[in-house]
Amino acid sequence: MISKKIELLVGLFVALGIAALMFLALSVASSGMSGSGETYNLYAKFDNIGGLKVRSSIKVGGVVVGRVEEIKLDTEDYAPVAKLAIDTKYNNFPDTSSLSILTSGLLGEQYLGLEPGFIDETVGILGEGDFIEDTKSALVLEELIGQFLFSQGSE
Amino acid sequence: MDWIQNLGKNTIERFSAIGRASFMLFGAIVAKPNFVKGFPLFTKQVYVIGVLSLVIILVSGLFIGMVLALQGYTVLVDYGAEDSLGQMVSLSLLRELGPVVTALLFAGRAGSALTAEIGLMKATEQLTSLEMMAVDPLRRVIAPRFWAGVFSMPILAMLFSSVGLLGGHLVGVEWLGVDQGSFWSIMQASVEFEGDILNGIIKSIVFAIVVTWIAIFRGYDAIPTSEGISQATTQTVVQSSLAVLGLDFVLTALMFGS
Amino acid sequence: MNINKTDFESPHVELKNVTFSRGERVIYDDISMVFPKGKITAIMGPSGIGKTTLLRLIGGQLYPDSGDIIVSGQNIPKLSRKELYAVREKMSMLFQSGALFTEMNVFDNVAFPIREHTKLPEDIIRTMVLMKLEAVGLRGAYQLMPNELSGGMARRAALARSIALDPELIMYDEPFVGQDPISMGVLVRLIRNLNTSLNLTSIVVSHDVKEVMGIADYIYIIADKRVIGYGTKEQLLESDSPLVQQFLKGLADGPVPFHYPAPSISQDLMQG
Repeated sequence: MISKKIELLVGLFVALGIAALMFLALSVASSGMSGSGETYNLYAKFDNIGGLKVRSSIKVGGVVVGRVEEIKLDTEDYAPVAKLAIDTKYNNFPDTSSLSILTSGLLGEQYLGLEPGFIDETVGILGEGDFIEDTKSALVLEELIGQFLFSQGSE
Repeated sequence: MDWIQNLGKNTIERFSAIGRASFMLFGAIVAKPNFVKGFPLFTKQVYVIGVLSLVIILVSGLFIGMVLALQGYTVLVDYGAEDSLGQMVSLSLLRELGPVVTALLFAGRAGSALTAEIGLMKATEQLTSLEMMAVDPLRRVIAPRFWAGVFSMPILAMLFSSVGLLGGHLVGVEWLGVDQGSFWSIMQASVEFEGDILNGIIKSIVFAIVVTWIAIFRGYDAIPTSEGISQATTQTVVQSSLAVLGLDFVLTALMFGS
Repeated sequence: MNINKTDFESPHVELKNVTFSRGERVIYDDISMVFPKGKITAIMGPSGIGKTTLLRLIGGQLYPDSGDIIVSGQNIPKLSRKELYAVREKMSMLFQSGALFTEMNVFDNVAFPIREHTKLPEDIIRTMVLMKLEAVGLRGAYQLMPNELSGGMARRAALARSIALDPELIMYDEPFVGQDPISMGVLVRLIRNLNTSLNLTSIVVSHDVKEVMGIADYIYIIADKRVIGYGTKEQLLESDSPLVQQFLKGLADGPVPFHYPAPSISQDLMQG
């Protein structure tokens, strides 16, 4: 028969395991968007998506509201289309909102910055399957340098 | 022609060992579990296998976390990216070092002990004697040890990662002066529960099954002499370490590859 | 004393034309034996001829190449796992090493089979265990661990464990090996007493001629893959088989050669 002490220590061991899991899940992983919540989809067409990837985050004022779910190329005008999954908690962005591809830090990942637009009677609310019209493409460093040199030369 | 014959002989031996190991595992885990009698045995083995391995896991985890932070800092600081230290330490621990190092330490600490214990039980006729008492040694001896190993290792791996993170925090934030806020927030922004933590746990469950299986099979299949048992113990450590490293590559490719 | 015919009408254990081989090596070639109920039958023979193997065959741990092994009317090699386990609950075996479980004390070792196979309350188990330990003279040692016991005590504790569930058949594997004369005497007396008080069928495998002669009702002598002598003590002593005589008298050379089969020594030495 096993002693009380062993049972106690095993209980403690299991409790430690659960504590470790909680610690990892709550304070190490991103607690905001785990990707498991309810989402709705929006679409956005860009000229150039740069380094944007599937699962890149979508932020409003720095707060994560969703993730890029899929990136594909429109077969008619060969422009990249991103499918976005936005948390249903944030379901009243007006259709005047704009989307731009930004970089976190100099070497950081690229993410989508969503800028909510103005609201009046003529403006609708973005719902499932809508396109965000106002998009700004990624800044490509080579193009930027090219433009800079070109403008220098023309002066 | 000798080497071809040897190759054939070795191949046949390998496969027959895999076959015997599968039969053993099958006999041990397919059997209808008896919770009233089985649970105390399981608890006892969780103590022997899991609780007694805690110290080595916690100490190693702490030091590995500290070393990771120190090494990572010296590289990252050159790019001015030392704020990402938390991300680096946490991802290395959760995805790789936690499951892998825990499995290697587990093979050395608990696996070898399991092999030696079962091998000795075989050598001293305890297993035969169980059989003659109409008690199936697969269920009485093998099954609780197997389940205890499979249960304990993921817990140990999570503790390893957690303690490693604290060690990383200790060195990175307390000693090297990385900003505490960015240490945690960049970590939280990049670590995902499903992608990183859950995959790490899945890895360690796979390692747990493989290491425990090898350990108990090597003991059960040991030649019942002192030399046979010492060989079996060595084989446990070597084979389970190689299996863990090989499987780690496969699992990593499957989980993070695409 | 002569062979009592009634002993053989319903034998407890019977081997019929059993052949067993390990790899290329034949251990038993068409061997038949009978173990009468309630008697002590000894199996003797030179070491290394697989006497222990015989017990394992009866216990169903090894399977013969051919032949039947009947225990209490059931043919062991043909039984399903479940039926085999049911038969094993009524037999028990005392191993050469004792095979006590090293992680439990003497009490728990003896209680082990009772706890495994019955649902008796703990106070009844305690009474049963202490009675069994009393029978082997180790009641005072119930809380010692197996590594604290001497060889003789360990074997007696193991004996208490093997009679814990009052089996009908008990097999002793070399019970006298490595015992000092006193514990040898104790064991001989215990085996005899248990046999008469519990009406056990006992099979003793041994090569200690003197001790076996003292307790066995019937004796088999095995050598060279077959039975070379069978009968009561008196019958065997009067046997005119040179093999039997060599074994009983402990002669170094005879029909069983002193040398392991080898080419002639001059041939071996010349090669070097």
